[in-house]
Amino acid sequence: MARTLMKGCEAIAEAAVRAGCRFFAGYPITPQNEIPEYFARRLPEVGGVFVQGESEVASVNMVYGAAAAGTRSMTSSSSPGIALKSEGISYCAAARIPMVYANISRGGPGVGAIQPAQQDYFQATKASGNGGFEMLVLAPSTVQEAVDLTYAAFDYADRDRNPVLLLADGVIGTMMEPVELPPMKTDEEVAAIKAGKAAWACTGHKLDYANRAWIQPGQWNTAIMQQENEKAAALYASWQKDIQVEEYQIEDAEVVIAAYGICARIGKSVVDICRAQGKKVGLIRPITVHPFPYSSFDKINYGVCKGVLDVEMSIPAQLVQDVDLGVKGRCPIETCLCSGGNIMSREAVLEAVDAILAK
Amino acid sequence: METNLCVAGFGGQGVMTLGKFLAQATCDSTDKNVTFFPSYGAEQRGGTANCFVVISDGLIGAPLGDVMDDLIVMNGPSLAKFLPTLKEGGTLFINSSIVDEKDVNRPDVKVVKAPVTEMALDMGNAKVLNVIMLGVYVGYTEVVPPDVVWSTIEHKLGSKPKLLPLNKQAFEKGLEIGRSQK
Repeated sequence: MARTLMKGCEAIAEAAVRAGCRFFAGYPITPQNEIPEYFARRLPEVGGVFVQGESEVASVNMVYGAAAAGTRSMTSSSSPGIALKSEGISYCAAARIPMVYANISRGGPGVGAIQPAQQDYFQATKASGNGGFEMLVLAPSTVQEAVDLTYAAFDYADRDRNPVLLLADGVIGTMMEPVELPPMKTDEEVAAIKAGKAAWACTGHKLDYANRAWIQPGQWNTAIMQQENEKAAALYASWQKDIQVEEYQIEDAEVVIAAYGICARIGKSVVDICRAQGKKVGLIRPITVHPFPYSSFDKINYGVCKGVLDVEMSIPAQLVQDVDLGVKGRCPIETCLCSGGNIMSREAVLEAVDAILAK
Repeated sequence: METNLCVAGFGGQGVMTLGKFLAQATCDSTDKNVTFFPSYGAEQRGGTANCFVVISDGLIGAPLGDVMDDLIVMNGPSLAKFLPTLKEGGTLFINSSIVDEKDVNRPDVKVVKAPVTEMALDMGNAKVLNVIMLGVYVGYTEVVPPDVVWSTIEHKLGSKPKLLPLNKQAFEKGLEIGRSQK
């Protein structure tokens, strides 16, 4: 298949259109502006609708509405903008609305920095809004993977009637790389997806009040609310089958790098450099950062492993807490960190690996 | 084999376009992996701008390395900022119209000079300096075949055909300069 050179943000938008996304609403923020820019041009070509909302809160709620009407819908933002959208995302989770959103994350906290960072890990994986809901959180480490995961995200969202988050750092969003794009869903396929939601979505029930869709982000009856929470918890528990992880050369590794997103691909290049020098280094790369692939850490040979190196663009470290839950005290955990818009240095990771090997 | 290139200059000198043309040509006409990564703050014309291009036979880790194999410098401030990142024995391409070779305090690097600002002005359009420099780089390194790079430029300028002869002339002048300094 032909390769196309695309910027991460544009590739994400094109993958969404090909997956049948026909509504996007967003509000500008660096470094994800190429996503709305691309949708603004592309959606009208396929009979879709693009809206630049008057704010993040407005745009996420437009997506709530469009998705409640059965249309595959998406929004995107970057860290502080995602924080503003958290109310709408929580409402979508409560109302069991399938929607997809992307966080092209930048430095933080607050307005932070416009350059890339991975400082939204806890927000993305533990609490993207109030109320303890969960989502599949997908973390690509290449532009190709951003395309593939975006395409799949809409299927996950529809399958579960739940939001799905694509957590991509600003490097993945702004870099260009060759990609192979997935097939474009036909108008018939897009219509069939929407028609398949008629049992619950607000697709038009005329005066049939008994069978009309009833979508609400909460319940006044506490017993029903608890039942809804229990149903959601059962859904979240079912995601163990959806865990995606790359385990790279960990069997005999004396150092295992744990990283996701851009840091993982830098980590992988470090593994290759080290292996070429005869150093036994491996990598565990969560692709779903929620649910987290804890069991991958059981595959480390703790008889020879001197340490796990957590590599992330976040100070203080966040991913390290999930790594810790995976390692369960079986070997030391070190960190290699940067933040605030600085991009992880391969040399720094190499040095940190050598420091563990020297122990 | 992996080549890490940094292109740096003033905003408005076309450094992003230079990097994108190279990445596009690599994507279109080779089996190699390639990444293009722009580095930007709140820059506009007159500020500094730079981008990184990595071309590799294998998987690319970081789209911006710590150490550059090649460095293209279009203005003085970029020389000061990026020269320390150039590897020992690396190649430095300077816009010798406004970057003074005497400021290159690295005897260990090869310097390829091209007065691209003056050349572009002589050709009647100051904006083609980046295409001249792309020619210099490709002519010197042959990291991607020159005809492939030209097809990419031709394709990208498809909507502005009247600019093609000027750009062709600029690219070929650049190739000549690059080849002559090998």
